[in-house]
Amino acid sequence: MVKLLQRFRYHILIFLGVLGPGFITAMVDNDSGGIYTYSAAGAKYGYLPLWTLLPITVVLIITQEMCSRMGAVTGKGLSDLIREEFGLRITFLLMSLLVLANLTNVMAEFAGVASSLEIFHISRYITVPLAAIGVWFLVVKGNYTSVEKVFLFASVIYVTYIVSGILVKPDWKEAAINSVRPMLMLDSGYIFMLIGMVGTTIAPWMQFYLQSAVVEKGVTAKDYSASRLEVTVGCIMTNVIAFFIIVACAGAIWSVAPKDITDASEAALGLKPFGQYAVLLFSAGLLNASIFAASILPLSTAYSVCEGLGFEAGVNKRMSEAPIFYFLYTSLIVVGAGVVLIPGFPLVRMILLSQVANGVLLPFILIFMVILINKRDLMGDWVNPRWFNLASWATVVIMIGLTLALVGITIRGGTG
Amino acid sequence: MADKYLYFTELLSMPVLDLKGRRIGRAKDAALVPREHAARIDRFLVGGEYTWLTVRFDQIRSITLENGIQLSDEQLLPYHDDEYMMRIGRDLLDQQIIDVTGRKVVRVNDVTMGIQHDGQRDILTVLEVDIGVRSIFRRLFQGVLPRPLIRRLQRRIPPNSIRWEFANVVEPDPLRRLRLNISYDKLEEMHPADLADIVEDLAPAERGAIFETIDSEVAADALTEVEDPKMQASILENLEPEKAADIMEEMAPDEAADILSEMKEETSEEILEEMDSEPKTDVRELLEFEDDTAGGLMNTEYVALHDNATVADAMAALKGNEDLLETLNTLFLIDEEERLTAAIPLARLFLAAGESRLKDLASETMIQVTVDETQDRVSEFFDKYNLLTLPVVDDEGKLAGVITADDIISILRQK
Repeated sequence: MVKLLQRFRYHILIFLGVLGPGFITAMVDNDSGGIYTYSAAGAKYGYLPLWTLLPITVVLIITQEMCSRMGAVTGKGLSDLIREEFGLRITFLLMSLLVLANLTNVMAEFAGVASSLEIFHISRYITVPLAAIGVWFLVVKGNYTSVEKVFLFASVIYVTYIVSGILVKPDWKEAAINSVRPMLMLDSGYIFMLIGMVGTTIAPWMQFYLQSAVVEKGVTAKDYSASRLEVTVGCIMTNVIAFFIIVACAGAIWSVAPKDITDASEAALGLKPFGQYAVLLFSAGLLNASIFAASILPLSTAYSVCEGLGFEAGVNKRMSEAPIFYFLYTSLIVVGAGVVLIPGFPLVRMILLSQVANGVLLPFILIFMVILINKRDLMGDWVNPRWFNLASWATVVIMIGLTLALVGITIRGGTG
Repeated sequence: MADKYLYFTELLSMPVLDLKGRRIGRAKDAALVPREHAARIDRFLVGGEYTWLTVRFDQIRSITLENGIQLSDEQLLPYHDDEYMMRIGRDLLDQQIIDVTGRKVVRVNDVTMGIQHDGQRDILTVLEVDIGVRSIFRRLFQGVLPRPLIRRLQRRIPPNSIRWEFANVVEPDPLRRLRLNISYDKLEEMHPADLADIVEDLAPAERGAIFETIDSEVAADALTEVEDPKMQASILENLEPEKAADIMEEMAPDEAADILSEMKEETSEEILEEMDSEPKTDVRELLEFEDDTAGGLMNTEYVALHDNATVADAMAALKGNEDLLETLNTLFLIDEEERLTAAIPLARLFLAAGESRLKDLASETMIQVTVDETQDRVSEFFDKYNLLTLPVVDDEGKLAGVITADDIISILRQK
């Protein structure tokens, strides 16, 4: 028994040893926004949305690879580079948008906390303030880096979706066909979902976070290839989990009756094969994912903004040394958690909306990334290969197109 | 500050008027030529109808917020990039510089210049580099609101600026550094820990620029203070092996060995090859030990005397090791086979007569560890016996090195 435990411990150590920025980013990618967006897609449209996962994976790999390459080659964060190359005004504009989009994401994480525990009838007026205060202290005063490993390890819970996706006996033929057959509908609900799926998977804030994390870790151009591999594997893993969430929800919910997901107990049906444990597993996974992302997101936002605008930043600084950093960090948490407490606040709808905000902001961030990474004086021989540029520009065009289509349809026909 | 001043963002897109008051273009940038003058704006770059033109400072009659830039000489040359020119808009604005007095890395939002009239013309001199909220406000609204209104509104926001003399530009390219007269002399006077903090905030290329140019001794002190061993290694890896070796020689051998053990074997060999023989042997010996054992922690900076030495001998030995004095607190005695026999707290020497035997001043119990003792046990010893210095011996009891309390503090901090 002791031996078994030792071996188990050994495996955990190996697991934690290979962890780098790419892997962490991949895990945070499936935050509460991710879980709900994929669940909602599967519950409402069945296997139909599966075709998006392949192109999304490719674009995710490309964007994250670009970020980690820029970080490794220049040794600077994304907002640093935007500031140095495009000036203060553009940086200010982008940072304002980023703060807005990220604020909705922080709300989504706290909404995730609220909804995961409301299944057990624990009031959000208890859980959300506790989570907010806990996160604040964990990051500012506590030892976040060691807790991060707990979060990461708890992410193993996602495996339940893979198991559930198989146990629920989905229509594999249908799933396979839909994985490769693109399907477009000019329906605002469908487009809303598409933008949300791209936005949750390729969230703008993650690009800033990843690049800073690569810089922080001291990865250089010379030992960059390991990071590239890690990023690629992480991205694929993210989307494998996404695939199974959709399949599980399609098999368990959509095949019975297609519906909109409005609360956690409905989303937990995706884990139906686990019977009485489904709710517990879903709730634990969602809670872990929400708090994990809530610890990273406000911090990463405050860092990005302060770096870009040239304010002092860092949790190792005192509050009087970095007032704007602490103000931003605290406000994001307070406002993000506070909004969730408004009586009657539609938790799940808010979560889905936040991911659409990500999707709308994404092309603009991508434009700047592509311009930056093609600057030879910045990147030297590490500029983009041509097909990377093609794929990036295609994404930009498609995302702007989808956003315009959504706006168009919404104006014409009211909300779908 | 001079009574009359101008912000760089106000200068941008200011109209430039010829002798007859016709507008020939708008200001696009301004440049210093540091070899000529450290702070005077030497050239103005003007966007004309087809091309950019260069205006020398002595071709200008007046510069005012209301009327723009009026020339006194119209013979303008087309602009071509000149490597001796530091362009404010291109090279300074939005970039990171080092605030020498504030001891931190800051980002430039704007530049404050003074306007002085020397009888014939208005001369602009860079006074301050602006950081903080006031300059951000000014820049965001420049061109949107009238300039005088912005000046009025911004008064409510407290200013945050660095005097130009204390702003240090960081330039990775050594040739350009020379042409732009950039030096890091001012950084050498900082406390090494502050310099290390600054270096940690910079990008790798800029880090390299600083370590390449500053004095090896200062570089060694600062590098020791850099917290992340991987960063220490990558800084040295990016330097020329000769320079890296110079810095290593100035470091405590245990620190040097720690950094070398983080590097790829080829690189560390290359650097070791360049080192002088004495520090090289010390470092090589230390490299043999595992990182987390007493051998890996210890350094070889100690003073040891033979068994029957007197206080006077000790004083003489100290005179020969003046570079150790700042941190030394214990002397050691060894027998003919170099085996450790006693430890003497340095302070006891002051109360003893010159001819008294050191042996008689020794601590009653002598605590020592062997080179393969674990790091955790070593920390325990320090805690239990309230040590400042702990001698480390090899298998035969020979004194191999010492571990000092500051090494232990670093370990505990890293946990």
